Amino acid sequence: MIQSDKVLDAKGLACPMPIVKTRKMMKDMEDGQVLEVQSTDSGTTADLQAWTESAGHQYVGNVKEADVWRHFVRRAGQEDQSQKEYPVTVHNDQLLEQLQHPNAVLVDVREEAEYAFAHIPGALSIPLGQLDERMAHLSKDNKYFVVCRTGNRSDMACRKLVANGFECVTNVIPGMSEWNSETENTTGGMNK
Amino acid sequence: MRTVQSSEVAKRVIAKESLFILDVRNEGAFEDWKIEGEQVRHLNVPYFDLLDGIEEIEDQLPKDEEILVVCAKEGSSIMVAEILEEAGFPVGYLSGGMKAWSEYLEPVKIADLKSGGELYQFVRLGKGCLSYMVMSGGEAAIIDATRMTDVYLDFAAQRGVKITNVLDTHLHADHISGGRQIAIATGATYWLPPKDAEEAVFEYAALEGDTFIQIGDTKIDIQALYSPGHTIGSTSFIVDDSYLMTGDILFIDSIGRPDLAGLAEDWVGDLRESLYSRYKKLSEDLIVLPAHFMIIDELNEDGSVAEKLSVLYEKNHGLNIQDEKEFRELVTDNLPPQPNAYQEIRQMNMGKIEPDEETQREMEIGPNRCAVR
Repeated sequence: MIQSDKVLDAKGLACPMPIVKTRKMMKDMEDGQVLEVQSTDSGTTADLQAWTESAGHQYVGNVKEADVWRHFVRRAGQEDQSQKEYPVTVHNDQLLEQLQHPNAVLVDVREEAEYAFAHIPGALSIPLGQLDERMAHLSKDNKYFVVCRTGNRSDMACRKLVANGFECVTNVIPGMSEWNSETENTTGGMNK
Repeated sequence: MRTVQSSEVAKRVIAKESLFILDVRNEGAFEDWKIEGEQVRHLNVPYFDLLDGIEEIEDQLPKDEEILVVCAKEGSSIMVAEILEEAGFPVGYLSGGMKAWSEYLEPVKIADLKSGGELYQFVRLGKGCLSYMVMSGGEAAIIDATRMTDVYLDFAAQRGVKITNVLDTHLHADHISGGRQIAIATGATYWLPPKDAEEAVFEYAALEGDTFIQIGDTKIDIQALYSPGHTIGSTSFIVDDSYLMTGDILFIDSIGRPDLAGLAEDWVGDLRESLYSRYKKLSEDLIVLPAHFMIIDELNEDGSVAEKLSVLYEKNHGLNIQDEKEFRELVTDNLPPQPNAYQEIRQMNMGKIEPDEETQREMEIGPNRCAVR
């Protein structure tokens, strides 16, 4: 099951309606939230990808079930543009080596849908919005590496963890947007 | 707002009339293929960038000329045309969008035949495909039919001729053949080169060199001429001793590519042999009628795509490469991208898969890419 914050049923609608409705619904969503767009019009895929890029949002991916495409679109928000402040970082290139450490834990703080379409094998999914409540279950003895799409959400997550007493926390930059090594897809669909 | 049919656009393109197109598909789709013509000007702005209004593009639009809004299927173009109309622009939209454009065939008369009868070329402007109907003595033959079979059936019915023979010069990889369907609908004989049709799962008549097919009482011979190169079975026809139907071996401004069945290295020799030796032995006065055109410049004034063989030997670059190694490089290196879904199209043309109409449309989307220049 791929998680989303809202679902738009655009089944049976022809172009331009799927995009018109997606656009309207995205306006009412919060930054960082994920919208699932269900569509039966084959033209929607290319148009949604082009529209999200033009509007500055993120096309996460799609899965096709029978005749219905399920598209996942994430509303880009301020955390995508914020300055990186957290000083301890590791570059993508060095990450796999660093993860060899016996206590190393990789935390992926992107939305669950983003994680589902492509993540580094073994990464633990904790969306940034859930970090406050879920960090209670994390052992402070581990060595944490935090990754997101571009290093900004993970920067914020690193600061939260340190403020809550975690001592060994590293931000992975630039993050999944430029990750070229192996990924896992847990949707059964394609990844963009 | 005016509803503009593909037939009107085709006639305007052929007449080289001025035409301003606002194409509201996404940029990738526009770059892949669009309506082309000598006097056609385009502005490409995706419809989703115009939902808040057209202010940003207003100064790029003509005020004294009708704007033709075009999209994939027509829905978005109607929406954008409404916005333009409200802003006071003279505007029309393309009925059925690029889908309809891709399927439109413009019949152009090539000639009255010596032995009585007529020869028509069907120009598929949106895709660059050319097909033919030879009519004589109440009978007709169709060559390299597209999947829009109704066009040929209606045309034959209007002329009162019975379709007796349907031929494909080769197994097509860029578009779906309507040949078999027409044969089923009319009881005509469907001819295919057997070397291309080894995996075909239906009955067909073997079209090989030195086969003569007669159309009507007035004896219009269609003589088959084995000319491999684009595919191993590619066969040309000579109609009425005057017209050389070259299929995808020789075009007006380019030559066939040998790689669409995955065997460029093997077939380049055949291609050279066909172009530089077999065709050379034919009369230079033959009029070449290919199965495709690549660029709109290949159209004659009347919209036809036809040229004397002697002129092609003079002007077509692909026929004028004396060095064999250079020729080999031209047709095996730097080939254009392969046509959309060409493997599925081959499967379909052999009868191995039978996708629904919507899927067939999708398979044919995009430009034709059968040639090397």
